[in-house]
Amino acid sequence: MQNSEQKPADKIVTENLNLFYGAKQALCGISLRMAPKAITALIGPSGCGKSTYLRCLNRMNDLIPNVRVQGSVLIDGVDVFGPAIDVVELRTRVGMIFQKSNPFPKSIFENVAYGPRIQGVKNRAELDAIVEKCLKDAALWDEVKDDLHKSALAISGGQQQRLCIARALAVNPEVLLMDEPASALDPISTAKIEDLILELKRDYTIVIVTHNMQQAARVSDATAFFYMGELIEHGPTSKIFTSPQNKRTEEYVTGRFG
Amino acid sequence: MIGRKRIMGMLVPCFTGACTAVIVLSVCAMVGIILANGLPGLTWEFLTTAPTEGMTNGGIFPAIFGTVILVLLMTVVGVPVGVITAVYLSEYVAQDSVLVRVIRFSVNTLAGIPSIVFGLFGLGFFVQFVGVGMDKLLTGGVSVRWGQPNVLWASLTMAILTLPVVIVSVEEAIRTVPRELREASLALGATRWETILKVVLPNSITGILTGAILAISRGAGEVAPILFTGAAYFLPHLPGSLTDQFMHLGYHVYIMSTQSPDVDATKGIQYSTTLVLLMLTFTLNFSAVILRSHLRRSLVRT
Repeated sequence: MQNSEQKPADKIVTENLNLFYGAKQALCGISLRMAPKAITALIGPSGCGKSTYLRCLNRMNDLIPNVRVQGSVLIDGVDVFGPAIDVVELRTRVGMIFQKSNPFPKSIFENVAYGPRIQGVKNRAELDAIVEKCLKDAALWDEVKDDLHKSALAISGGQQQRLCIARALAVNPEVLLMDEPASALDPISTAKIEDLILELKRDYTIVIVTHNMQQAARVSDATAFFYMGELIEHGPTSKIFTSPQNKRTEEYVTGRFG
Repeated sequence: MIGRKRIMGMLVPCFTGACTAVIVLSVCAMVGIILANGLPGLTWEFLTTAPTEGMTNGGIFPAIFGTVILVLLMTVVGVPVGVITAVYLSEYVAQDSVLVRVIRFSVNTLAGIPSIVFGLFGLGFFVQFVGVGMDKLLTGGVSVRWGQPNVLWASLTMAILTLPVVIVSVEEAIRTVPRELREASLALGATRWETILKVVLPNSITGILTGAILAISRGAGEVAPILFTGAAYFLPHLPGSLTDQFMHLGYHVYIMSTQSPDVDATKGIQYSTTLVLLMLTFTLNFSAVILRSHLRRSLVRT
């Protein structure tokens, strides 16, 4: 396994991360560093563990029974599996966008305001400002500003996914984890989401799981290739795609399997 | 030549048609007889005045009032407890633990207990144990205030009787809330309880209301549990406090048809009272169906 360039303050570092579903090992000794305010893509064939790995970063795997995790996940140098960590607080710092958009069956406004309300924001003017800013940052404001109280289920799939992004931004995270965010969308919506992700890179550290290699090549700064629960190779995206060191990486990125 | 398959193909619809006819005709006969004999006596006066002349005349308003009060108290106690139990069972406990199996077994057993047993339980536990105990505590055993049948003990007994219905309906509703919605809430930094309160429960409101209405309609009709715990045949005034007894539609019909000194004279009233009780139950069940489909439609559309 190779190391990417050592940046002085990597945002996310996993060291020898192992994960077991009962007796079955799903992640084997993953050591990976991810730079701040950059986009890291996790690629690999189905079932290779990239989504499982992603869910470790905000401890969403805690919700699955019989899951055992070994090793450490350091965000800003602090192990998120440490004893003093408040999982609920962690999840406000590390947000997640899911593969299939999952807006609450409430209005667009209430969806975005959900996070801030949980954090105690009650002032209506403040909520209005937060909702507007997040919808603008998610490139959705112009399309919905005339009717924020319309149900979130009444907008299109691409708009719903951007709404989920706006919702995640509303709690002011530092990291955004995206699990195949555009895989359920048509090409035009996908392009919009990719543009959005590139914009968001300015302010957020982004980790994106994708099985679309062209997407990874277009969007990310660094890429990590997973295969059967192991991290085969990782490095700058251009290098992984044009001159991969590992044979299996080369086979995957050239489409010979996966 | 008609083959065996053709014969079966004709027999099966005939058979199912016959069964359907039997069921529909039975219901029609039952409702028809009650309507025919009860409708004439169903006047506005009947519904709003008290019985007179030893139950052979007058109205049944106190029975309607008593039934409503019983059902109200039963719902206020039973539905929250049922909802909390259902939430606990589906959200907080590991699904394969011993505790869950014990709770589910208890709920299922509770659902199968004959209602007369509930009546005896209500008498033995609430009236004679809790009630008498309260009297001893509050007055040193001097006066008998809580240690006798009243509307409080009757509604608590009914609440326990209808608890399984509420729990099962609410649990079913909670289960249909998709996992993705819970994950979305948790990923935003909400605690489990916040997720339940703000995402899961609002989305299961149909099930909660259905459970409540089913419980209510069962509670309005059951007579055995209130036989010894609070129902009375004739009361000079309406129940005004928790320690009062109450009149009840179903109980009224039972006593009127078996122990009234002049059964024939009260026949018309019996039919009319039964009709009122039936109308009440039908309306409740029907509104459960309407409410369910209305809420389901509005959830999908919005």
